[in-house]
Amino acid sequence: MSTIRTRFNVVAIIAAAVTITAVYGTSIHATQSKPPAKTVAIDIDNFKFGIVSLEAAIGTTVTWTNRDDVPHTVVSTTKLFKSPPLDTGEAFSYTFKEAGTFEYYCSLHPRMTGKIVVK
Amino acid sequence: MGRIIIPDHTHDHHIHTPDEDGVDRRGFLNCMAWAGAGMAWIAASGVVKSAPLPRFGQAADKRLASGDFVFAQISDSHIGFSKDANKDVVSTLQAAIGRVQALPVAPDFLIHTGDLTHLSKPEEFDTLQQVLIAGKVGQVFYVPGEHDVLADDGRQYLDRFGKGTKGHGWFSFDHKGVHFIGLVNVVDLKAGGLGNLGADQLEWLEGDVKHLSSSTPIVVFAHIPLWSVYPEWGWGTDDGAQALGYLKKFGSVTVLNGHIHQTMQKIEGHITFHTATSTAFPQPAPGAAPSPGPMTVPADKLRGLLGLTDVTFVKRSHALAIVDHDLA
Repeated sequence: MSTIRTRFNVVAIIAAAVTITAVYGTSIHATQSKPPAKTVAIDIDNFKFGIVSLEAAIGTTVTWTNRDDVPHTVVSTTKLFKSPPLDTGEAFSYTFKEAGTFEYYCSLHPRMTGKIVVK
Repeated sequence: MGRIIIPDHTHDHHIHTPDEDGVDRRGFLNCMAWAGAGMAWIAASGVVKSAPLPRFGQAADKRLASGDFVFAQISDSHIGFSKDANKDVVSTLQAAIGRVQALPVAPDFLIHTGDLTHLSKPEEFDTLQQVLIAGKVGQVFYVPGEHDVLADDGRQYLDRFGKGTKGHGWFSFDHKGVHFIGLVNVVDLKAGGLGNLGADQLEWLEGDVKHLSSSTPIVVFAHIPLWSVYPEWGWGTDDGAQALGYLKKFGSVTVLNGHIHQTMQKIEGHITFHTATSTAFPQPAPGAAPSPGPMTVPADKLRGLLGLTDVTFVKRSHALAIVDHDLA
């Protein structure tokens, strides 16, 4: 196997990857691809946030999904984010772009609290 | 078989032997005969003890004395809910309306203590209003539950039911000498907290009752219990004690709540607290389940756990008799 051919193959593959990801709207440097941003799923069940205190990297997208038979909301105590009412099976996502500690709660059942620590 | 709770004044500061305080308990028991299978609570003042209600068969005396009246409370209709716990909340609400229509004495009005809807959707509010109009139950007074103020901080609710109210929907009115107060404790809830009345509403309440004579019977209604039923599940109001403080001077205070989807009662001095069942679905007793969510029971048991409450005001004694009815 020739080195030049291998390099061309590698470039071709990366170019294809760039094209494909560009089509899907992800911003990628022309000659290298970054790993996808981290996503974390939190289930809301039995009137509790499944992960009460989550540590996450900047850029993490958290998706809360309601598994209870009653609606819940996800509301930041600093009004940074506020979900619509989530019926059973509905979800809400937020991407944390800055470092900090972000406390939130359910505005219907305010004893339900959680926090995301972004570093 | 029903149960009557009769206040026992011997634990009061004022020592009364039965009936010397002008409360005709025996006569009242006769009037209460129509309670039938309901649970009957008599609230005058003082510590309460229970007594069995003899079987009277047919109602002995349905007529009320002049100045007496009846009103009814329904709660937590959750129109829009359709899960295992109840797939037809409209039907059970209609059954509750049917029970209201079957009361031996027609209520002067209804009070709905909130969670009219499940998701604050316009069509849910529409359906609720249509069912009550079709049921010909007459005037209804409302206070919102947390399910009624989703997404828009209560705009939908206020557009429909806010006329004549202040702030998030609080108000008061007088009826045949009794002062009724509707409070809203489901808005601006703080993280980690319970129900919340807020400074504006408390200030309004203080002014609202300031000039009433202490002999005026007071009925307060709000969605979340104003007293601490079970804080772990949010069953209480953070600033409820402050509200009750403004009512300390009154000889007869009745607090009617919903939210917990089961009947619960407590008497503290001159204040009687009572919660109504839901017309939609039951919830577990405090701590009896991992969470306070809808409780699914066998289909033939559901209606026995749903219901409404009717309250009779007896003018002569300033007493309010509270009777719970299920839908079985």
